[in-house]
Amino acid sequence: MTFSETAVMRFVRADRPAGAPIIEFKRVLKTYSSHRVLDEVDLTVRRGEVLVILGGSGTGKSVSLRHMNGLEQPDSGEVWVDGVEVSRLPEEELVAVRKKVGMLFQGGALFDSMTVFENIAFALREHTRWSEEQITARVGEVLGFVNLGRDVEQLLPSSLSGGMKKRVSLARTVALKPEILLYDEPTTGLDPVTGMTINRLIVDLNERLATTSVVVTHDIVSALFVADRIAFLQNGRFVFIGTPDEARASEVPDLHAFLVAGESREMSTSKGGPL
Amino acid sequence: MDQFDSTTQYVAVLKQPLWKLARVRRWIQNVSFHLGGVAMMAVQLAREARGRWETSEIIRQMDALGVQSISITSLTALFTGMVLALQTSYALAQFGGKLFVGRVVVLSICRELGPTLTALMVAARVGSGITAELGTMAVTEQVDAMRALGASPIRKLVLPRVVAVTLMLPVLTLLADFLGMVGGLFIAVVEVKVGASFYLSTVQQSVHLNDVLHGLFKTPFFGFEIAMIGCYNGLNASGGADGVGRATTIAVVVASIVVLMSDFFLTKLFLVLPLGLK
Repeated sequence: MTFSETAVMRFVRADRPAGAPIIEFKRVLKTYSSHRVLDEVDLTVRRGEVLVILGGSGTGKSVSLRHMNGLEQPDSGEVWVDGVEVSRLPEEELVAVRKKVGMLFQGGALFDSMTVFENIAFALREHTRWSEEQITARVGEVLGFVNLGRDVEQLLPSSLSGGMKKRVSLARTVALKPEILLYDEPTTGLDPVTGMTINRLIVDLNERLATTSVVVTHDIVSALFVADRIAFLQNGRFVFIGTPDEARASEVPDLHAFLVAGESREMSTSKGGPL
Repeated sequence: MDQFDSTTQYVAVLKQPLWKLARVRRWIQNVSFHLGGVAMMAVQLAREARGRWETSEIIRQMDALGVQSISITSLTALFTGMVLALQTSYALAQFGGKLFVGRVVVLSICRELGPTLTALMVAARVGSGITAELGTMAVTEQVDAMRALGASPIRKLVLPRVVAVTLMLPVLTLLADFLGMVGGLFIAVVEVKVGASFYLSTVQQSVHLNDVLHGLFKTPFFGFEIAMIGCYNGLNASGGADGVGRATTIAVVVASIVVLMSDFFLTKLFLVLPLGLK
C-alpha cells in the first residue's frame, strides 16, 4: 500500500463528524528524574475519532496514553475522561473509568498462566454477574471480531505468535464493550502484513463498536492508515495536531522527516525491497 | 605544586569517611523505603481484604506455595533433628547426661529451630518464587493490564499468596517439629544407643504443649512477612530480566533477615505477655 492509497482510504473516512471532547489534557506535567516527559501539554480527543499520537522513541507517547486510564498520574495539571477528572482519583474509584477505557499493551500483556479463554473472560468475571454460558458466548463473539476461531480458546499465550497475541489481547480489551480504546504501539514487532491486519482491525473496531481510539505509534504507515487526526509529540510537547493531510503539509521539521522516512519505507515495500 | 598535591590528598582523605557515611545513609534510606513500602502495601491489603476473597485461587496457592514445600522443609527438619542429636549427645556425654538427648533435641526443635528453619526455607523457595512470578508479570506489563482491566493486583495477586503462606507455614512447622523429633530419635537409637521408648518418655515428660505452641504462634507472622516482602519486590520490579533477578535476590535476603529479627522480638513478646506460652 502506497501513500496515495492510504490517502484515498483516509478520504473515505475523513468526513466523519467529529464529536464532543471525551478525553482532555489540561496543562499536564509529568517528570521522571527531573526530565519533563510531558511539559504542561494540552490535548483533546473527540468522541468517535481515531487520534494517533506520533513521535520518536522515548518521547513520552506511552506515558501520555497511560494517563488516559489512570495508570500514571500527572505531577500537575488535569486529565478528564468522559467528564471525570481522573488524575487525582484513587485506584478504587478508577475502576469505573477503566471499565470504559480498554487498553492494548505493546507486548499484548496476556496473563501467561491463563488460557486465551480465561484471559478474555477475566474482565467479564470481574465486572459482570454473567453465567458461564453468557461468558462463553461473549468470548466467542470477540474472538470473531479479531478474526480468530474458537480453536484458540484453550491455548496458552506462550503457544501464540506475536500477531495472534495482539489479536487475543485486542479481544480481551473489547470484551467489556469499552467506549474508548487505547493502543500502545499496536504494530511494533510485527511483520508488515500482520501489522496491516492490526491496522485494519483498529479502523474496523472503531467503526463497528462506535468507540473512540487513541493510538500511540512511531510507525508512520500505521499512523496514516488509521488516523483521523495526528498529534506529534516532541520534547514533551505536542508540536503538531491535525489531520493526516495537514500533517503532510506541515513544516514541523521532525514530523516532515517522519513522513519522508515513511514514504521511502513504503516505496521500498512496494518494490519488494527490504524494510 | 607540592602544596597543591598535599591539599588534594588531604581533601581526599577528608572525603573518604564522608563518602562512607553517605553510603550508610543511602543504605538506611533504602531499608526504610523498602520496609515503608511493605507497610503501605499491608495497609492497602487490609483495606482490600474486606472485599470478596477468591477461595479457589487461595487453595491453588496453598497447594503451590505450601503443599509443594513439604519435601524441602521436611528434609531440613529431619536432618536438623539428626545433627542436633549428634551434637548434643556429644556435649551431654561430658556431663554424663547423654540419655537426655531427646529432651534437648525436641525442645530446641519445637521452640526455635522448627519454626525458624522452616520459615527460612520457605523464604528461600516461596519468597523467591513469588517475587520472580510477580516480577515477570510486572515487567511484561501484565500487572498494568490487570489494573487497566479494572482489577486490583493487591486483591487478585497479593491477597491469595499472603493468605496461603500465612496459613500453610504453621502446618509445615508442625510437620517439621514431628520430623525433627523423628530424626533425633533415629540418631539417638542408632548412634547414641538410647532406647526408643526411653527417648520418647523423656520427650513426653519434658516437652509440653506450650513449647510447641510457643514456636507455632510465631509462624503466621513469618508467613505474612515472607509473602508480603515477596509480593512487594515482585510488583515493584522493573528493568527486564535483570530487574527481576535483582528483586528476587533482595526479596530472599530481606525476608530471611526480617524472619530472624522478628523471631527475637516475637519470642520476647510471647515471654512477656501473659499468654501462657513461656
